[in-house]
Formats: sequence, structure tokens, C-alpha cells
Amino acid sequence: MTDDVALLLRRAGFGPTAAELAAARQSGYSATLSALVAPPGPDVGATTAPVPELGPDPYVGLPSPTPAERAKADGARKTQTMQVTRWWLDRMIVANHQAVEKLLFFWHGHWATSVSKVRSAQLMLTQHRTLRNARDFGDMAHRMVVDPALVYWLDGQHNKKDAPNENLARELFELFILGIGQYTERDVKEASRALTGWRAVLDSDRLVFDPQHHDTGSKTILGTTGNFNASRVVDLLLKQKACPRFIASRLWFRYASSTDPIPERVREEMAAAFPAPMSMLRALFEADAFRATRHTMVKQPVEWLVGAIRQLGLRPAHLRQDTFTQLYNSLDGLGQRPFAPPSVGGWPAGPAWLTSAAAPIKLNVAHTLAGLANPGRLTPEDVAYILCVDKWTDRTYAVLRDVRDARLLLTLGLVSPEYQVT
Amino acid sequence: MDSLTRRRFLRASGVVGGAALAAGAGGFGLAELLRTASKEPAGGLPGKTNKVVIVTLYGGNDGLNTVIPYADSAYHSARPELAYAPEKVLRLDNALGLNPVMKGLKRLWDENRLAIVLGVGYPKPDRSHFRSMDIWQTASPGSPVNTGWVGRWLDGTKAPVEAAVSFEPVLPPLLAGRTRVGACVSYRGLALPPWIEPGVVSALGRTEPDEPAMQARAAAAYADLISMERVVREPGQTIGSPEAADDGVGPATGTGAGNALAAQLALVARCVEAGVSTQVYSVSLGGFDTHAEERTGHEMLLTQLDQALTGFVARMARTEAGRQVSVVVYSEFGRRVRANASDGTDHGTAGPVFVLGAPAVGGFYGEQPNLTDLDDGDLKATMDFRDVFGTVLSSVLRADPSRYIDDYRGSVLPFVRSD
Repeated sequence: MTDDVALLLRRAGFGPTAAELAAARQSGYSATLSALVAPPGPDVGATTAPVPELGPDPYVGLPSPTPAERAKADGARKTQTMQVTRWWLDRMIVANHQAVEKLLFFWHGHWATSVSKVRSAQLMLTQHRTLRNARDFGDMAHRMVVDPALVYWLDGQHNKKDAPNENLARELFELFILGIGQYTERDVKEASRALTGWRAVLDSDRLVFDPQHHDTGSKTILGTTGNFNASRVVDLLLKQKACPRFIASRLWFRYASSTDPIPERVREEMAAAFPAPMSMLRALFEADAFRATRHTMVKQPVEWLVGAIRQLGLRPAHLRQDTFTQLYNSLDGLGQRPFAPPSVGGWPAGPAWLTSAAAPIKLNVAHTLAGLANPGRLTPEDVAYILCVDKWTDRTYAVLRDVRDARLLLTLGLVSPEYQVT
Repeated sequence: MDSLTRRRFLRASGVVGGAALAAGAGGFGLAELLRTASKEPAGGLPGKTNKVVIVTLYGGNDGLNTVIPYADSAYHSARPELAYAPEKVLRLDNALGLNPVMKGLKRLWDENRLAIVLGVGYPKPDRSHFRSMDIWQTASPGSPVNTGWVGRWLDGTKAPVEAAVSFEPVLPPLLAGRTRVGACVSYRGLALPPWIEPGVVSALGRTEPDEPAMQARAAAAYADLISMERVVREPGQTIGSPEAADDGVGPATGTGAGNALAAQLALVARCVEAGVSTQVYSVSLGGFDTHAEERTGHEMLLTQLDQALTGFVARMARTEAGRQVSVVVYSEFGRRVRANASDGTDHGTAGPVFVLGAPAVGGFYGEQPNLTDLDDGDLKATMDFRDVFGTVLSSVLRADPSRYIDDYRGSVLPFVRSD
């Protein structure tokens, strides 16, 4: 039972500290789960990481920038992107409400929007706030269909009555709300007409609606005919039976198993809790099938890094700029930088993270973090305690036993196979 | 330029899952691969094994701006902003020409070493990247299956893991069989940090007998790192360093620095020259999802493609083993005939397939789809893609296509010399 508590904390959050794990073991599985999915009171830890104020986008007020102005604005955007990334990583670390922060990262991967095309850190931050403030999935879907970053990412600003662009409509069906196989090509085309007329502007956190580009004609979507607009399309999709099941299966994929499909019973129990994502997660974590997934999930790079920083008692906000830059670039090398998913399909999972190309990057990051933690004398048992590893294999123990240098010992713990899988 | 919304990792994102895929990704190194090379293959002349390199263009390549129907007025009126003027295209005959940036492929065409199969697609086109790519790789348009056609060939011939190799970051479904999977070897540069003893990393890379599978795989990555690190430190191999790629300099941003396809093909070349027994190589280039401002981005991609392919073919022509290598280039679909309002094109249907290399018999195969007889704004395929892959099975792999492609009714196309 106590091991189940550790599993729960690793999956529901970014990686518990030794103190958090000890406290959770005291309270037991059920109370720990309740505290995770319905945390009491405000998040005190998170108050030390307030959302940054970026000011206007560097391109605002530059209707026709000179090459020099452009270079300057691009540089400023890059700095701002790094600033919001640093803030979010810091927030993941200091937040007491770990399940809330982890779920937010899940949603980011779900509505996978990348700053590499959106360019504006302001718009990315606006989207982040939207995901954070959404009451439930239904509210989130309504806000996201008119989210400037998402709409820009999927070419919605080009989607006009006279020449619809299907990108956004297709992903609403396929990746965001229903899942593949639940709609026809005709539905995508008709829905894209309903989404016409919206475009993002840099100096506003809301889309601009151009009525002359909106298609007011009748559309037939999923067998229903009407004068659909963006909001009504979302209403229609949310009403489909496939929607709660699809969201349940996506949560299962990230929280339980990226290789085995969601058991039907778990899926139905989760779907019954739709649209409240935390209630859906509660159903997932209460299922016996969840506990059977131990040792099958590979930590995503962000999970690995954030968990390590938490356990070592560090904070991104307090790092030197060049140290943070190294971590930032390393996340890129590992293939998972927040605000920059590789495609609208989101990040990969499972063994895709365990490449030999990732191994040297992890070694270097772990070495840097272990150096900052500046440990005193350590034994392999101490390292297991700090990193909340249940038990070293004989292999890893044999490696650690012969290491005298505490920094190297901690480094090897962080890159050990045991630490990379939950 | 900015159309990088979909690239690789598609399959791995788990929108469509597959346990066989999980079994194949990672865990096999270039060093192991090179060790399978034998200088004197049993019962045959050295280097006399046919090989094929399958190049996947992720995102849906705009076939009409690749092999351009420049003489057709319907082409120019459907996409006035995107169409190439007749005098700009590299003419192949009096109707079709290559995109102006594809000068290397034009040269191969002139030397009769480039075959172009026209209008390739499948019945009831699906415009989802994920599903359409699945269809091409599994060769099963009717119903989803979780094995690729190369994977089934691996099953059927009881092939060793190195018979089919992917140099992509993630194993494509193409190489996943029911009982066997191809090897997936990362092409990225590898370097061991100076502060750690290689012996320590090796020791961490040993797997324990009763270890959970995923944990064993995490260990295997270190064993692989050690063995690949030696091979990669060779002249001509660039050691990649991670750097934040958010400056959006081109559509390949995020798919890896530089010309990722050229890097993958360099690894193929090295394996072929070393006498590795691999018969199928899978490589890829992403970024073809050109929904907006297509022209610049697409030209950049086609330039990369052209340079990588022609460099590879030239290198392969220099050795006996290399002259057994055919290259097949495809994408999951073409794009809509009509441009959208964003100076881009939405997902479409049929497109051209390229076959090149010394064994290729140059020329056109099949018919260019009619630009005025469309299916809801899209080209009607004139050639089934299973005819193309069936020919690869039959003429390159010497296998019976009907064993590995369900409902195979195709005929072998003479685009590869079968001597």
C-alpha cells in the first residue's frame, strides 16, 4: 500500500520530495488522493512564483519594422519566451498543488501549441492563463476555440468564407475533442466554415471577429443542420458520446500507460465524471488497473527535470542566467521544452524518450544539478531517499557503491534507469 | 514558412498506439549494426543484395508544385499565387516539369535514373495525417492494422532485426511486424561527457534479468551510447549539440538542425558501404504541411530533398554495393488543387512517387490525374500505392507481394531493373 502512495505521487505530480512522500505515507492512499485532486485552500507555495508581467509584444507599434527593429524585436521575443518558460518551470517546482500543475502541463500537451510559430510569448501566456482558469473541459474547449495562440497556430486567421482553411476544424475533431474515426471529411469542411472570420492581433488577448469573412450560411455537422458558429460547433462536439471517452483515454495515456489502452471499465468510470478533469483523474487513480501500471511509464523530460529540481531543493528562479540557459537548451535537446511541442499531435511518450542521443544530455543536466545541490557525504541509500527511489537494482547499487564523490553519486542516481521510470 | 504544425513523433504521440512499436524504438545501435556486416556474404557475391531506402515526406507534400503540370491552364487558374510560370519549371516533357529548385533530380532524369510514378493514392482518401500515413505504411486502406508492410515481410522471412533499419528518432509503423520489428537507430550526434568514466556508463547500461521492460530499455540507452559513441566520432560525422530552435528560420526547425535527411542518408551510405546486410532503410523529412505561405517553405524543403537525394545517389554509384540501392520517395497525401486564402494548400489526395538510384529505370509511370475531373476539389488517384510497394517487394526484395499486402491485385511496374 505504501508503494502505491509513491506511485500516486509520481504520476499525479512532478515527483514528490522525501518530506512529501513521508507525509503522504502517514495519511494513506485515500487521503493523499483527495488532497491531490481537491487541494484545500490556496496554493501557498505557488504565491512565491507570480505570473510574470511581460508588457506589450515587442512588435506592437511596429507596423512596418526596419530590419534593425525586426532583429531587436525578435531578440526581445526570444528573451520573453525564455522568461515565461523559466517562470512556469519554477511554478511547477514550488507549487504545493502538484496535481493542478501537472494537469496544466497535460492540457498544454493536449492543445499542443508552439511558440515557434506563434512567436509571441504574450499570446502563449494568454493561452496558459486560459487553460489555468478554465472551470472544466467544456469551458476550456469554448475558450480555446477562440484562443489567439491556438487559432494562429492552426491558421485560423486565414480561414475565411471565400476560402476556408481546415486546419483548426480538423484538429478540433481529431486531436482535441472527439478522436479519429468519429466524424467525416464533410463534417470537417462544414465545421471549418463555422469557424471562419476570426483572427489574432498582437495587442489584444482576444481574437478579432470580422463579420464579412464569417460564413453565415447553413452548415450540416455530424448530422445536425444549423447556422453554426465557433461556440455552437464546440457545443455540438461536447455533446457527442465519444468526447468524454476520448478525454478519458488521453488522460490514461499520460497518467497510466502509453502502451496499453484504457480498460473499458475505467474509461466509463472516468467518462461519468466528465467534464471535471480532476474528478476524472480521481476515478483513474482509484482504479485497480492504475496500480497495475507501475514501472511502465517513462518520465517525460520536463517531469524528470522538474522532479529532480524539487527533490534537490533548487529553484529555476534562483539560478544564474547561464545555468538556466543550459537547462533550457537541454530540454530542447531532450525534445520537450514547455511552450514548444514538436507538432499539434503533442509530445511522444514511452521509449521514445529513452534514446542514446538523450543519454549524454541527461548526464550533463544531472551533473549540473548535483553540483548546485552541493551535497555533503552521501551513501547510495541517502540518494535513494532524496530521490524517492524505492530500491536500487543490484546493477545500479554496484555502480553507486564504488563512487566516492557525492556529486557524481547524486548524478548517477538522477540518470539511473530506476529513476527514469515510474 | 511557418507550417510546422505537424511533423514527426506523430505515431509516438499515441493518437494511434501500438505495442509492437514500443518494442522496437531505441535499443539498437549503429555499432551493433555495423558489426553485422560481413565482407564475404555466405553463398553470394559481395554486395549483390538488393536494397531499398524508403524516404517518407511527413506532412503531405504538394505534388502539383513538385511535378508541375505547367502546360495545363487549370493548374494556373486554381492557384494563381502558388503556380510556377511555364518558363520557370525544369521541363520533363511537354506537359510536366520539376519544381525549379530540383536541379539535381532533373539531372538524374536526364541520365534516365529517375522514375516518376504519377497520381499515386488509394481508394476513399483520408485527409488525416495520422490515418493516411498509417494507410501508406501498413498498406491496408480498408481497415486499420497494426503492422507495416515491411514489418510483415520481416515476419514472413524470419528476418533478423537489422534487416530493416530506421534512422528516424522514432520507429515508424512501416517496420513493425507482428513478431518482429526493425531496428531504430538515432542519427543524432553522441558524445560522452569528459567527467565520467566510460566504464561507469557501461555498468549502468547492463540490464538485470528480472527488470521491468521499460527500465531495461532505459539501461540499454547507456549501453548503446557507449557503442555508438565510438562510431560517430568519425570524419564527416557532425556531433550535434542541443540548441533552442525557436527562431523559426525554416520549416525544418524542430526536426533537427541542418539537413536531417542528408544526415540520415549519410548513415545509410556508411552501412551500405560497410556491407551491412540491411535490405530496407527508412528515413524521413518533415515539414510538408504547407497550409499557409507555402511557396518559400516548400522550396526550402524541396531544395533539401533534392540535395540529399542526389548526393546520396552519386555516392552510391561509386561502389558495387551502392549500385544495388533503390530509393523510393513518398508522402501521405498531396494537397488540394486550389490554393486556400493563406497562400497555402489544404490536405489533398494523390501525388507523385519518385524512384531513383542505379537500379531505377527512368521515365514516367502511370498517368497524371486530370485537373478538371476532380473528386470534391481533389485529384483522383490514377495509380494505387500498393502497386508501387508491391513492385518494391517483388523486384527489390524478391518476395511475393500478395503474401504481404492483403487483397493485392497490382501488377509489377518496370521501374526497377530486375536482373
